[in-house]
Amino acid sequence: MPRIEVDANRCKACYLCVNACPKKCLGKSKTISKKGYFPAEMVHPENCIGCTMCYMVCPDVAITVIK
Amino acid sequence: MTIIAQKPHSLTDVPMHYCPGCGHGIVHRLMGEAIDELNIGDKVIGVAPVGCAVFADSYFACDMIQGAHGRGPAIATGIKRSKPEAIVFSYQGDGDLASIGMAEIVHAAARSEHITVIFINNAIYGMTGGQMAPTTLVGQVATTAPKGRDPLLQGWPINICEMLSALKGAKYLERVAVDSPQHVMAAKKAIKKAFENQVKGIGFSLVEVLSQCPTNWGVDPLKSLEFVRTKMMPQYPLGVFKDEGAE
Ligand SMILES: Cc1ncc(C[n+]2csc(CCOP(=O)(O)OP(=O)(O)O)c2C)c(N)n1
Ligand code: SF4
Ligand code: SF4
Ligand code: SF4
Ligand SMILES: [Mg+2]
Repeated sequence: MPRIEVDANRCKACYLCVNACPKKCLGKSKTISKKGYFPAEMVHPENCIGCTMCYMVCPDVAITVIK
Repeated sequence: MTIIAQKPHSLTDVPMHYCPGCGHGIVHRLMGEAIDELNIGDKVIGVAPVGCAVFADSYFACDMIQGAHGRGPAIATGIKRSKPEAIVFSYQGDGDLASIGMAEIVHAAARSEHITVIFINNAIYGMTGGQMAPTTLVGQVATTAPKGRDPLLQGWPINICEMLSALKGAKYLERVAVDSPQHVMAAKKAIKKAFENQVKGIGFSLVEVLSQCPTNWGVDPLKSLEFVRTKMMPQYPLGVFKDEGAE
């Protein structure tokens, strides 16, 4: 099953990935990161199709897509 | 399990300092992917600008020089002419390229220097806190145009691709955006082509990227994408302005 990983040390909580995901997989974490942001996180991992749209719009190269 | 998308090897592990949502980081990644795919990583030498991308030398895993404001094309010319086997890029903002560096970019294009220029048009001086750039839109508020840019007072925006397209030496000019996955894919193709042209010896290649600056536009990252689409694109239409092969 495709999945993604968000590097919380790079993520700056712009949420462009949340907006771009066609399957509404992503949301905002409730845990603050070391950087002081609430990073993006998977809220519906079961819906991920590995389309890489989230990766494409991420300005901080924080996303890895695995299939 | 295989990784199908991850940080390209041509970028370092250093986290970037740009504001949340800033277009600079997306463009860095696309350049890293293009360099990886063309397998030219050991030959690339970059010139970083003065502007928000002044620390770009920390993010690209290649040799870099940080140039004086606007002089990227002149420095890139020197590198390329003394090391013709190198693949040389100049990365510049709109203040850097279209104000103080206007002479350098025009003459580098006219001479058809064999360099790749990545031009980040965010319609503002980002690093210094939001002063008007030559590319600032009519009506757009900047710290030096507090009532919005008035063409009768501050002149009209400069369309760099259209302007350079009058020069015979400019071989490849394309304007792209990074506001949606579709446009990011098109931007990737253009950036890769601008590097590939140098490998093939075609001549001066420039890609202009409409790039969001949420901070100085005073909007959140999502709204900055709207700004690119509804405000920037009417003034700066996307497309290919020049695409000529070798002489
Ligand atoms: C010779 C010189 N003049 C002026 C400046 C001040 N300065 C620093 S960055 C900048 C403009 C940056 O704007 P832009 O090139 O659009 O890059 P951005 O930050 O928007 O990416 C200016 C005028 C300088 N550093 N050096
Ligand atoms: S890979 Fe596609 S489906 Fe999966 S989280 Fe990213 S955007 Fe959503
Ligand atoms: S696009 Fe990147 S930086 Fe922005 S919230 Fe998503 S993972 Fe974080
Ligand atoms: S000021 Fe604008 S261009 Fe500079 S890093 Fe912030 S968002 Fe990017
Ligand atoms: Mg700028």
